Amino acid sequence: MINTINRRLEKDLEERTGQKVRACYQCKKCSAGCPVAFAMDLVPHEVMKMVQYGQEERLLRSSTIWLCASCETCSTRCPNEIDIAGVMDGLRQMALEKDERLGEPEIGLFHKSFLGGIKYTGKTNEPVLIGAYKAMSRRLFDDLGLGAVMVAKRKIKVFPRVVKDRKAVKRIFDETSKGGCQ
Amino acid sequence: MSRLSFSYYPGCSQTGSAEEFGDSTLAVCKALGIELEELPDWSCCGASSAHMTNDLLSVALPGRDLAMAKKIGKDMLVVCAACYSRMKVAQKRILEDEALARQVESAAQADPRFTGEIRHLLDVLVNDVGMPEIKRWLRTNLAGLKAVPYYGCLLVRPPEVCCCDSVENPTELDRFLDALGVEVRPWSYKTDCCGGSLSLSRTDVVEKLVNNLFTRAEEAGANCIVTACPMCTANLEMRQQPGKFSFKVPHKMPVLYFTELLGLAMGLDGADAWFKSHLINPMPLLKELDLTA
Repeated sequence: MINTINRRLEKDLEERTGQKVRACYQCKKCSAGCPVAFAMDLVPHEVMKMVQYGQEERLLRSSTIWLCASCETCSTRCPNEIDIAGVMDGLRQMALEKDERLGEPEIGLFHKSFLGGIKYTGKTNEPVLIGAYKAMSRRLFDDLGLGAVMVAKRKIKVFPRVVKDRKAVKRIFDETSKGGCQ
Repeated sequence: MSRLSFSYYPGCSQTGSAEEFGDSTLAVCKALGIELEELPDWSCCGASSAHMTNDLLSVALPGRDLAMAKKIGKDMLVVCAACYSRMKVAQKRILEDEALARQVESAAQADPRFTGEIRHLLDVLVNDVGMPEIKRWLRTNLAGLKAVPYYGCLLVRPPEVCCCDSVENPTELDRFLDALGVEVRPWSYKTDCCGGSLSLSRTDVVEKLVNNLFTRAEEAGANCIVTACPMCTANLEMRQQPGKFSFKVPHKMPVLYFTELLGLAMGLDGADAWFKSHLINPMPLLKELDLTA
């Protein structure tokens, strides 16, 4: 694969997240303990190496940066104290800001649905979140059986909970919206 | 015991899909004399989606709540492990980075520099109230329940801000359950991730993680899993098997909140209603053990 290389990638990430990826010496503890590694296209220690090599395009289009569940197991075990989950956050944010084709578009849509709901109601409401996600991802018929059980158990409420000061919450989104999934 | 009084951040799940966690929290705090003053007009912490996609937003959203806590002036209590983690991380960053604090202050239009402590209820019960004191309140011994304590991710990680005694092998929940008379089964999956943030988008990945947890809990000889996180509970209850039109639960092992078990052991009213709202019905197990009518 022909790749454009960003020699500043490691520095850019350090400015953004405070993490020094150059400290990684490939012990692979992160990949060994990662619960989602089985589903990733690049395992965490490969991500670290590719950051060092400036392989921006491949990283920003990877599935891995979206599949990372942010469980932070890697971050707590890294012998060089790199917050690897924090680096993943940084890469995700870069991918969104560069408007990259996301490696996992549906996960991107989930975050968009989640934050969109908070922006307009100030709280996370399960029916708003699920409805928005289903509409955007066109997975309308997923989980209908589960949904029915959740309604019966009153886990899904009919009326959304809304903060009183919606303007204040919207303002937070407006003031912080230079990039991101909103 | 000196009087415990906190401002309280309920969190979205505890008023929605995990209402039984919120209700049981309020009930046990009231019974133990822990005063809770709910933050007025609190808003969502932004959870994983905010910190994964927009760094400033992930501090500014909790910042609005921290500003309310600052006005009240008491330490703040949180029960959702995800909210807890986000609040603690945001507080640390706001207090350590004045430039960031100013940005958050401008976005939230309030001073977010909350210097009180943010506490998780499990930590308060085990370390402040203390298990000897809690034992005095118990009416029912929960003997027969064999639990694996499931801490998940956000109660223990990142360890710089979280409350547990060990990041790889925490014991707070173990000690708590032991005091209630629950048999705590040893297992190696206390802090393994359930994949909560992928629950809607990559259900295939989550199913694998969730089924592994149930299998390991069964191997450990448990008859229930006990959590302190509404995301873990929701995921474990909902994501065992794919299904468009039907909902199936191959592993019938109940997943319960630590607060529900405390309420049950204290003989509090309303416990039945909490248990009945679970997707994996714990009533057959509780009836078999004579723990409920």
